[in-house]
Amino acid sequence: MWGRRSADRDSVPPPEELRELDRSASDKARPMFSGSGYRRLRRNVVLSTTLVAIVPLVIMTIVNFGQYEQTLRTEKIQSINRLLMNNKRTLEFFLSERRSALSYLVRRHPFDELCDDGTLGRIIRDMNDAFSAGMFVDLGIIDSSGQQLCYSGPHDLEGHNYKNQRWFQEAIQRGKYTSTVFLGHRKSPHFAIATRYNRGTNDYYLLRATFDAEALRHQIHTAGLHLEDDIFLIDRDGVLQTHSRRYGAISKKISFFMPHGSPGVEVGLHKDEQGSAIFLGYANISDSPFVLTFVRSAYESVGGWSVPTRLFGFLLVSAVLILVVILWGSGQFVDSLRTANRRRATLMHKVEYSNKLASIGRLAAGVAHEINNPLAIINENSGLLKDLIQLQAEFPEREQFLESIDLVLGSVARCKAITHRLLGFAKHMNVQYEQIDVPLLVKEVLGFLERELEYRHIHVETRHGKGLPNIYSDRGQLLQVFLNLLNNAAGAIKDRGHIKINIDREEDAWIAVSVADDGVGIEKRNLQRIFEPFFTTKGGGGTGLGLSITYGIVHKLGGKIAVESEVGRGTCFTVRLPVTKEGEATP
Amino acid sequence: MTPGTNEAPGAGEAQKPRVLFVDDEPGLVSAVVRRLSLRDIAARGVTSSLDALREIDGAVFDVAVLDVRMPDIGGLDLLGQLRAKYPDMEVVLMSGHGSTENVEEGERLGAFDYLQKPVEIEELVAVIRRAMRRKARAHD
Repeated sequence: MWGRRSADRDSVPPPEELRELDRSASDKARPMFSGSGYRRLRRNVVLSTTLVAIVPLVIMTIVNFGQYEQTLRTEKIQSINRLLMNNKRTLEFFLSERRSALSYLVRRHPFDELCDDGTLGRIIRDMNDAFSAGMFVDLGIIDSSGQQLCYSGPHDLEGHNYKNQRWFQEAIQRGKYTSTVFLGHRKSPHFAIATRYNRGTNDYYLLRATFDAEALRHQIHTAGLHLEDDIFLIDRDGVLQTHSRRYGAISKKISFFMPHGSPGVEVGLHKDEQGSAIFLGYANISDSPFVLTFVRSAYESVGGWSVPTRLFGFLLVSAVLILVVILWGSGQFVDSLRTANRRRATLMHKVEYSNKLASIGRLAAGVAHEINNPLAIINENSGLLKDLIQLQAEFPEREQFLESIDLVLGSVARCKAITHRLLGFAKHMNVQYEQIDVPLLVKEVLGFLERELEYRHIHVETRHGKGLPNIYSDRGQLLQVFLNLLNNAAGAIKDRGHIKINIDREEDAWIAVSVADDGVGIEKRNLQRIFEPFFTTKGGGGTGLGLSITYGIVHKLGGKIAVESEVGRGTCFTVRLPVTKEGEATP
Repeated sequence: MTPGTNEAPGAGEAQKPRVLFVDDEPGLVSAVVRRLSLRDIAARGVTSSLDALREIDGAVFDVAVLDVRMPDIGGLDLLGQLRAKYPDMEVVLMSGHGSTENVEEGERLGAFDYLQKPVEIEELVAVIRRAMRRKARAHD
C-alpha cells in the first residue's frame, strides 16, 4: 500500500460520519427502518393521510352539494312560481280585458248598428287606439246559423259559414270562447275571442275578434329571466303558441311533458327531451286554452361551468393539492425520520463505543494495579539488595550481583512502562497540549520499534513536506496513536515488507500522517468494524483495542482517522490532526 | 511486619525527616523503610491504616506515605483523618491504580503529592524532601 488511492479501493470514511459503521453497530444502534421500510412507511403515510383528508372532503362536497341543490331548488321554485304567477295574471287580464270589450260592444250597440262594416272598422281602430298593444286584426258578426253576417278586417271573409267548426259550437255552448293560435285564412299566427249575445229566445249572434299572436308574446314579461331561461305558451296538447327559444316556432309540439288542468302554478324538476335536468313550471291561463310554460336549466352554467362541474372541479383541484401536500409532507416526514434514526444509530454507536472503552479502562486499571503492587515489591527489594551490596566491601562476584540486580530493575522499569501506558489508556487523562514537531514525533515512535523492524527486515520510508508547522496537541497520546498504527502495519506485513509514512499539510489547518503498508490488507466487511473495541482480525493474537483506542485519542485531539485497504495489496491509515486547538487561529 | 519496627525516629535524629510508610504489602514496607533509612530518612513502616493511626498517636512524623488501597481504612479516608488531626504533617499518596478520580480526590483532601507504583526510591526521597521544605516554609 503505497499511497495509491484508486476508486476501487475499499475505504472507510472518518468514523464520525459512521454511515458504514451504522450497519455494524449492535441491534440497538441499527436504524429503525431499512430503505424498503422507509418506502413502505411513506406509502402507508400517504395512503392513510390521503384517506383521512380526501374522504371527508368528498363527503363534505357531496353533502354540501346536496344542501346547495336543495336550497337552490327551493329558491328557484319560489322565483319561478312568482314569475309564472305574475305572467299568468297579466295574460288573464289581457284576455279578460278583450273579452269585456267585446261584451261591452254587443251591449252598447244595437245589432243593426253593429252589423255594419263601417262601424266594425271604426271599432277596430278605436280599440287599437284605446288599448295599448290592442292587436285587433279583424272583427266579425256570425249569426246562430254560423253565417258571418258582417266583417271588417284585412281578409274577405264575409259570408263564410262556421256552423260546423268546433270553436263555433263551443262558443255557442259556453257563451264565450278563446281559440288557440292558428294560421287559418290569414296565414299568420293569430287567435280569436268570441262572445255570444242573445237577441231573443232562440236568436243570438257571436261577435268575434281575432288578434295577432304577437300580442300574447308581448304580455309575457321577461324581466328577471336568466340568459338561458325560456318562457312561452303552449296549448293543452303541448303545441307551442308562442315562439320558444328552446323548442322552436309556433305550432311545434313538445312531448316531454303534458300539463295538468290545475288552476294554480306547478313547478318541479323534470328531464327534458335530451334528458337534461330542468326546472319546469306551468300555469293554466283561465278561460283560455293557453298554458304558460317556463323552463330553466337545473344547473345553470356560470362562465361556461355548471354547478356540478364547478364542484367536481373544486373537488379534483383540492384532491390534487392535498395529494401534492401529502406527498411533499410525507417525504419531509420520512426524510426527517430517516435523519433522526441515523443520528440515533450514530449516537447509539458512540454510546456503545464509549461503554466498551469504559470497560477497557476499568479492566486495564485493575490489571495495572494488580501488576504494579508486586512490581513495586520486586523493585524495592531489588533496590535494597543493590543498596546493601553497594555498602559492602568487595566480595566475590559482587559485580555479577550488581549486574543481575540491574537486569531485574531494568525489567521492572519495562513492566512499569507497560502498566503505565495501560493506565494511560484507562485514565482518559486530560489532554496536555504542547507544541509538537510531527516528523520528529514519528521518528521517536520508530525508535521504539527500531529493533523489531530491523530484525524482520522491514523497510520504512518516511517522507514529509518542507516547512511543516508544529501542531498543538498531546505528545504522549500522539506517541500512542502512531505506535499503534506502526505496530499494526508491522503486524500486517511479512518479513522484508515495506512501510511508507507520509507527512504533509492539508488545507493549512491540518497535518495528515499516512501510514501505508504492503501487507495482507483488510476485507471490506471487516474494514467497517476495525475501529470497534474488541474487534480483531488477528484471532487470538490481538485484543481488538489498539485501533479503537487510536480512534478515541485522535478524536479527543480534534482529529480524524480514515482507512483504505485492499486485500492482498495493503492498508493505509491516514490521521489528520488540527494544527491548532479547536477555535484557535491557524498559524 | 509489626508496628513500631524499623528505624524509629528518636532523639538525636531530629534533623532527619520522620516518615511513616503505610502499605498493606509487608515485603514492600520493609524494603522501602530500610532504603529510606540508608538515605538518611528516619522511616517507620506499618501494614494497615489502623496501625498507622496508632503509630502516629505515639510518635511525631513529618511525612506520611500512604497506599490508596488499604484493606481496613482506605488511603484517601486515612488522608482525610490525618489532615484533620495532624495538619502539620504532609501526606503523600501512592497507588498502583492511578485513576484520575483518586488523584483529584487526593488533591482536594490536601495530599502533598501522588506517586504511581512502582516508585523509584530516589523519586520518593525527592518528594519527601520537597514536602519537608514546604513544611519548613509553613513554620517560618
